This record gives sequence, structure tokens and C-alpha cells, in this order.
Amino acid sequence: MRMLKSLVLLGAMAIAPAAYAAGEEIHLPETRFSSDGIFGTFDRASVQRGFQVYREVCSNCHSMRLLSYRNLSEIGLTEEQIRAVAADVQVQDGPNDEGQMFERPGRPSDRFRRPFANDAAARTANNGALPPDFSVIAKAREGGPHYIQALLTGYEDPPAGFTLGDGMNYNRYFPGHQIAMAAPLNPDQVEYADHTPATVEQMSRDVALFLHWAAEPELEQRRQMGIKIVLFLGVLGVLAYGVKRRIWADLH
Amino acid sequence: MSIGLHKSEFKNPVIRWVDSRLPLFTMMQKEYGTFPTPRNFNYFWNFGALAMVSLMIMILTGVFLSMNYTAHTGYAFDSVERIMRDVNYGWLLRYVHANGASMFFIVVYIHIWRGMYYGSYKAPRELLWMLGVVIFLLMMATAFMGYVLPWGQMSFWGATVITNLFSAFPVVGSHIVTWLWGGFSVDNPTLNRFFSLHYLLPFVIAGVVFLHIAALHITGSNNPLGIDPKGPQDTIPFHPYYTSKDSVGLVVYFIVFAILVFFMPNYLGHPDNYIPANPMVTPTHIVPEWYFLPYYAILRAVPDKLGGVLLMFGSIALLFVLPWLDGSPVRSMRFRPLARIAFALFTLNFFVLLYVGGKPAEEPYVTISRFATAYYFAYFLVILPLLARLERPLPLPESIARAVLGRGGGPIPMAAAAKPMEKA
Repeated sequence: MRMLKSLVLLGAMAIAPAAYAAGEEIHLPETRFSSDGIFGTFDRASVQRGFQVYREVCSNCHSMRLLSYRNLSEIGLTEEQIRAVAADVQVQDGPNDEGQMFERPGRPSDRFRRPFANDAAARTANNGALPPDFSVIAKAREGGPHYIQALLTGYEDPPAGFTLGDGMNYNRYFPGHQIAMAAPLNPDQVEYADHTPATVEQMSRDVALFLHWAAEPELEQRRQMGIKIVLFLGVLGVLAYGVKRRIWADLH
Repeated sequence: MSIGLHKSEFKNPVIRWVDSRLPLFTMMQKEYGTFPTPRNFNYFWNFGALAMVSLMIMILTGVFLSMNYTAHTGYAFDSVERIMRDVNYGWLLRYVHANGASMFFIVVYIHIWRGMYYGSYKAPRELLWMLGVVIFLLMMATAFMGYVLPWGQMSFWGATVITNLFSAFPVVGSHIVTWLWGGFSVDNPTLNRFFSLHYLLPFVIAGVVFLHIAALHITGSNNPLGIDPKGPQDTIPFHPYYTSKDSVGLVVYFIVFAILVFFMPNYLGHPDNYIPANPMVTPTHIVPEWYFLPYYAILRAVPDKLGGVLLMFGSIALLFVLPWLDGSPVRSMRFRPLARIAFALFTLNFFVLLYVGGKPAEEPYVTISRFATAYYFAYFLVILPLLARLERPLPLPESIARAVLGRGGGPIPMAAAAKPMEKA
């Protein structure tokens, strides 16, 4: 703890720039998402495809512990579809009347099932690296969905002279460029129901948008409310200014 | 005042009954209705009222947030996200509260800036000013503790860094830190006491705000000319003139607020705070919230920990003695050609500090922060005291009414309606 403490202080206050390694700026490629801009919304087809990618690929290692299956109704899944998705996993419940824990099929009210029982198990299965939880990942990374898409498409061979750690992979957009996760997406890894070609580019876009929705499920409602409120305030502002001018007229 | 029922002037029998036993209505009428106010306020005088509104918004949203928040290291992060997802309009409450803190600081910084430019800290308003500095300090403590509550990475590491500042004091330092933490690291006891204090301090702020306003109503308001009203021609009743003018500012304030809340709610926050706190992983770059960055820059400007801590506290302590550092009898910098330039540089310098405070502690930011820190202190300790002796102020207008009405609302005719400065 003492060493940790001094490390913190070094990082935060010391004049020596030692603690701030890898200070190079990484520029994300230009991408457009349906959720960009003040009128942006979540393209339902893309978010649903993204959920499919998460479910079939990412969820093998990454949890989304803050989401429940019922939340999927917000991206357009029907009641039956949600039931089917939930029933696809076994969750532990209990204790029952005999005091035993038991397994049962998932229900819409269950949280997304976690791939590992705990962090230690997750590390053990992943070469010592902890796959981060995805519930708010789009809010927890600079650039949000843009960063996620860049990361997923940013795998390449390390430049000459770059030494990778054991079991690490080179990624152009990851801070420090060494990432424990191997390139997770391969062409045609999932089969989209709407026959969209499952290129790495397409899958990464879809899953990035899905993760953006997962992090900010209120985004559409928030922006719609915001537009109404700003318009209302604009009118109110003109009125308030008019009233003020009228009241002050006799002073000048 | 004599004992006995108050002679109320209200006609309504119910109001009259209450008012003659407890003259609240008379008081409101006197302090906010007919209260004589200089007729020449500009829109900078909106910001006191806006700060009051900010405080009320923070307390209201905070009370409802706390109904759904769990102050425990194991649950705090998830309880905040539950507010965002499952509480009806919880996202609105939380984003209003989080961005409300930023709005509060923007408003208060402008309020302080106005006080410094127009000399509102000078006699007879010294105590009024000092109470304001107390409010500012309490706000900083409250905001700091509030930022810890979501228990993200920046919450945890910000709390660790800032509480560790006290360890710089010799002998007692480490004991103070242990006492603040309630343990040997930032942990559950720390989170619990921060939550308790974060709920308590806003009401202390409200109490000091009451004193601040009470003191204001003794001395009366300053004004952009910095000269005292000399008679009824110089003042207007607060209502309806300034209630209507404050309303305009209030709507603009709400528009800025709404744009932040609805379209860029996390713009002023740090992405790392959406990563749950982890004592084993230090973020590469720990930064406080934007409104602390100027002071953070001062803290980091010197290579000595205790020195940095003393400078940082000193930078705010100086505000308490500002009324005595600036001995010039002229309040408004409109009439102080040199101080005006020095203060413009001070303002610019404040933004420079804010900028470098958010940058890593490396060149060229370190050197910039040293020069900026030097100017911050020089402004208070050297420039203002010197200017009070050396500067020749411009002639002051004879009265507010002459200055304002002299040329129908245009720029103030400084030379036209003026008489030679008198040294107080």
C-alpha cells in the first residue's frame, strides 16, 4: 500500500514526467455512427446485429453485468425473442426450500449472464488479463463507439523494432499498442439474419453501436427532451427579454 | 423595536394576520420588493441570483438522488448506474446534478470575477466578500466529496491524491490523513463520511448564503461605476426592475444548462470515472474536475510537496485578505487604467492555469504553470498594493444618474460628467 501511495503521488504531482508513459496522441479514424450528433439515434437493425455479435463472440469473455435481458426490448426485440434469448442460458438461483442452489433457464428479468464466476477465474482463462465489463464501456473510453470500432479493426503486425510482451497483440489504437486480447473478429464469424455481409468492419460497427446503446440507453429520450426544452427556453427567453424591455422603458 | 404586534400594511386579512405576528411579508417586501438598488447594474449582476438558483437545484436533485444511492464501496458504482437505468428519470436527476456542479462553479467564478473587477470587496463590503469566500471554500469541499460518491476510478484516485495532500504537513500529516480516511487507505469508511458530509455541507452553504445576503442588504449592492448611490434618483426598486432583468439571465443560464445536460452530459466529466474504482490499478493521468484545475496547477507548480500544498491553500486564503491588499479607494476598474490591464492579464492567467492543470506534469506545462502561478500571486501581493499607491485613477462620475442618463444609455461619458478624484 505504501508503494502504491507513493506511486500515486508520483503520478499525480511529481515534476518528473516518469509516470506518464506512452504520451503519444492516437488519432481515431473518421467514422460515422447513427448515434452521432444532437439528432442522432440508434439504428435498430445495426444495434440488433451488434447484440448478435456480442452474444456470439464477445460474451464468451466480457460480462455486461448492469444489463438485464428485459432491456433488449428497447432495441426492438419482441417479448418472445427476449424470452428465447434469456432461456438460452442457465443461471444459478436459490437457495430453494431444501437450501440448495440450483440451475434454471434465464428469465427476462435476469441480468446478462457473466462468462466467469469471478475476476480471478476470468484472469486465469485469459492469460492473466481481465476482460473488462462492457455495461458502460462506451462511456468509459475516450471516443466511445468510435474508439471501440477503431480498436476492433486496429489489429496489425507490429512495426519493426517493436517488442511485444508474451501473448500480447499489437493494436494501432490501444494505448501503448499492446493488448492482451487477440483479434476477436474474423470475416463471417457470425451469420446475420438480414444477410448483411459479416465483414470485420461491419461487425465492429454494429457491436460498437450496440455497446453505445448499452452505455447510454436513455440517449434518444434525452435528446428528444433536450430539443423540446431548448426550443421552449428560446421562446421563453425572447418573452423574458421583451418583458424586461417593457418594464425598463420608463427609465431611459 | 417595540414589543407588540407589527403594524402590517397588507390588506389581505390572512396575510395581515400572519404579517402582524411574524412580519415575513413586510420583510420580503422590503428586501426584495422596494429594496433600493443602483439603477445601472449590467448583466454581470445576474450571477448572484443564478448562484442561488444553482444551490437550490443541487439540493433538490441531490435529495432525490440520495434516496436511490448506496454509500458502500461494493454497491456505490452500481447504485449510480441503477439510477441511470431503472429509476424513472434517474438519468435526468443525475445529469442535472453532475452538470449542475459545473454550472454552479461557472456561475460562481463569474460572480467572483465581477466582484474583483468592480471592486465589490472594498469597504464597506469586506465582510460580505469574506462570507462569499467561505461559500466558495465550502463549495469546493462539497464538490470534491460529491465526485467521490460514484466510486469510479477518478473518484477513488482523486480522493487518494487530495486527502494525501495533508500528509505534507510535518509530524501530524500522516495522522491527519488516517483520521480523514477513517482507516489506512481510502475505503468504505471514507466513502461513508464523504456521503454524510456531502449531504450536510450544502445546508451549511445555505446558512452562509443567508449571512452573505443579509450583509448585502446592510451595505447595499455595488454597481459597475463603483460609486455610492447619492439619492433616490440613483436607485430603482428591486422589483420589478431587477426581477425582470434576472429572469432574462436565468433563461440564458437554463439554456446553457440544458445543452450540457441533454446533449453533452459527460463532456465535462472524465471517462475513467465510468470504470469502477480499483485500488490496484492507477489511472495513467489523474485529474480533478475542471473547476479545480487552476488550483491543481498551482499545487504542482513547485517541486516540493509541502510548498505546493501551502501555495494552493494560500491562493485561496489570499482572497480573504484581498480587501486589504488592494488599498485603492476607487472600486470599479473602469476608472483604473493600469489595474484594469493587470486584471485582464489575471483573468487570462486563470485560464492558462486551468489549461495546464489538465495537462500531464511535463514540459512545457511545468514551466508555464510556474510563470502562471507566479503571476497569480504577484497580482495580489505586488501589483494591487503597488497600484494603490502609484496609479492615477480616471475622474469618477458625479453620480450614477448623471452617468447613466447623461447620454441616454450609451457608453458612460467618463470625461463629461466627472469631477476630480478625492482620496478617501
